[in-house]
Amino acid sequence: MTGRVVHLLTGGAVSLALFLAVAAVSQWPSWQSVPDEAAVIRLSLRHGGVRACRPASEEELARLPPNMRLREICDRRRAPVHVRLVLDGQALIDRAVPPSGLWGTGPSRLYARFAVPAGPHQIALWLAENPEGDGARWELARQVTLTPGENLAIDFDTEAGGFVFHEGRREDG
Amino acid sequence: MSKGRPGPLARGFDRIERGLDRAFGPEWNPLAQLGPLGWFLFWIVTVTGAYLFAFFDTGLTETYASIEWMSRAGWWHAGLARSLHRYASDLMVVVMFTHLLREWALGRFRGARWFSWFTGVPIIWFVYMSGITGFWLVWDRLAQYVAITTAEFLDTLGIFGEPIARNFLSPAHLSDRFFTLMVFLHIAIPLILLLLMWIHIQRISAARTRPPRGLAAITLGALVVAALIAPAPLNGPADLSTVPQAVGLDWFFLSAYPVLERAAAPLVWIGAVVGTVAVAALPWAPPRPPREKPAEVFLDHCNGCERCVADCPYNAIRMVPRSDGAPFAFEAQVLPDRCVACGICMGACPSSSPFRRSGGLVTGIDLPDLSLAELRAQVIAAAEALPAKAGAPRVLTLSCAHGAGHEEAPGRVVMPCVAMAPPSMFDFILSRGLADGVVIAGCAARECHNRFGRAWTEARVARARDPMLRERVPRERLLTVWAGPTEAARLARETSDFGARLAGLGPLQRVRPLSEEERAEALALGRQTIRRAAE
Ligand code: HEM
Ligand code: SF4
Ligand code: SF4
Repeated sequence: MTGRVVHLLTGGAVSLALFLAVAAVSQWPSWQSVPDEAAVIRLSLRHGGVRACRPASEEELARLPPNMRLREICDRRRAPVHVRLVLDGQALIDRAVPPSGLWGTGPSRLYARFAVPAGPHQIALWLAENPEGDGARWELARQVTLTPGENLAIDFDTEAGGFVFHEGRREDG
Repeated sequence: MSKGRPGPLARGFDRIERGLDRAFGPEWNPLAQLGPLGWFLFWIVTVTGAYLFAFFDTGLTETYASIEWMSRAGWWHAGLARSLHRYASDLMVVVMFTHLLREWALGRFRGARWFSWFTGVPIIWFVYMSGITGFWLVWDRLAQYVAITTAEFLDTLGIFGEPIARNFLSPAHLSDRFFTLMVFLHIAIPLILLLLMWIHIQRISAARTRPPRGLAAITLGALVVAALIAPAPLNGPADLSTVPQAVGLDWFFLSAYPVLERAAAPLVWIGAVVGTVAVAALPWAPPRPPREKPAEVFLDHCNGCERCVADCPYNAIRMVPRSDGAPFAFEAQVLPDRCVACGICMGACPSSSPFRRSGGLVTGIDLPDLSLAELRAQVIAAAEALPAKAGAPRVLTLSCAHGAGHEEAPGRVVMPCVAMAPPSMFDFILSRGLADGVVIAGCAARECHNRFGRAWTEARVARARDPMLRERVPRERLLTVWAGPTEAARLARETSDFGARLAGLGPLQRVRPLSEEERAEALALGRQTIRRAAE
């Protein structure tokens, strides 16, 4: 019996030492995910590219029931949209974003994250449905001052007029 | 028998475990109770989780506020529960990987044991998913970091219509519904984990899912003290308008996160899949030792007593209706793909009597790789190899292949498990004067390689479990030594002390030595079965 008591005590001491070590490793050492002097810019957008359409021929129209006779026949597949994000004159993103979905029927989606030094920055954004032609395009250029640890979220919403800034906590308000 | 001898890793574990034997005692040695400890920790996490749930609010600000309340005002109950919940989960990771490493080091993952190994692998994933979903629920800075990093990583799969990470773009993007989903996941995933843990032990008979009371008390007690000394950390509230810069990571659950953040996602996905498949496939990986032949039933000698079923540690025998017209209702049937060839069933069968002479020595259930006839022949040969010094008692050792006596030596017979020797074998050795005493050298007391070998041997010798040692066998001429592979010196010491005690007992009484004819027949039979096994 006394052997058991001794084991309760020594075993308890060994266990406690182990568990305290576990508690330490459960929070330490800390990990520097983003440098202390940096802020983060996140760009997330969703926009449906255009579908290629052509006028329907007379024959094609004749084949359709009268109530379904549309003037144009469109591809199911959407065209990519072109996105550009320029920070202080340097292009961080400049590419065609393909449509989503197995058959390319969904909108183009983009999510990107950049850690940048805190401080003043010139941000220029541009999204075009058809960069060569005359399709719709949205642009926004803005001067921001990012504080350390700030999260600047940039969203896109055609109803709100294009790019939307969700600014983080700003010292300059 | 030369298979599965302890390798360097098994010896390493044995050394560490010997140290822990001193602190905890063999019965409570945590390294010998890792599976049961895993279950115990799971229940601690479940109970504390249920308690936390009573105080938990879901909502953008309510969530953090409720956790903050637990950790501050309610520190002595809800805060304590939270710390226990956290540290027991962390420990579960430690216990799980140590258990994995130990089973691997002891070679208990090949052959029929593949099932336990293979079903252990998904457990790893579910332990991780259970833990990681838990971090989100706190909705502090760490939660924010985990949520965003996880979401960005999952989004690289491209299977979610809307990127999950969009939910965390800015405070305006996050909705209360998200917390409801996370609470659901944090309950559903552990439930699946429980199911997997249950499947994991299906091929083990009477699996130990509860640690011995003393160890349970030590573990729970030390956890509570640790939780009071170092309560689980709570960082500032999550704030999506800023990014967590330096985060205190829980390295047990989140050590992959720095990698997720920096490495190319496809690489991480491929690494995870390849790693999982590689671990899951280990039972079939080279070097592939030949599979031990499963036990075989000989119906002429089986009376359907079910002792073998009761003693098999791997659920590898079942009783089926009699097929040979003998006047018994049932007969034993071995499920070959579950049998690890430990031989314990042979030691349990009432037909396993080395005294039998007429015809071949066949028993109800026999092990092809080391049959009863062969074991008897080896015992006779080993007895004859004992140095015959006048006045010095002859000590024969029957030892298990995983303990201190795993190496061949004169006067020693090595077998997969000492419980494969029926008590009548000890009787045979002493009553036929083959030796003056028998040492039964099994593996370390803290845990039997074949789970029940030690328990059954002790009970049979103590005449507490069938088949019992006959009353006529002088108990003082039997010595059981439970010692691990690095304790050869202790085995030697205890054996020589035993020899000295035997010398004091004087010569054996009522010995009827084997006749030359009996001896020759027994040796010939042993050779025959060796040949049969080699075919
Ligand atoms: C927290 C997770 C786990 C728990 C709670 C757990 C629990 C258990 C339990 C209770 C046993 C039976 C022990 C006995 O009664 O002798 C066992 C056996 C076993 N476990 Fe686990 N286990 C876990 C994870 C794993 C993992 C990840 C692996 C390896 C991939 C694994 C491999 C094995 C093997 C091979 C055995 C069989 C040992 C034998 O044949 O004697 N386990 N486990
Ligand atoms: S040898 Fe016998 S006791 Fe051991 S696993 Fe096979 S059937 Fe079960
Ligand atoms: S212990 Fe022997 S006799 Fe009893 S059921 Fe098993 S094989 Fe048959």
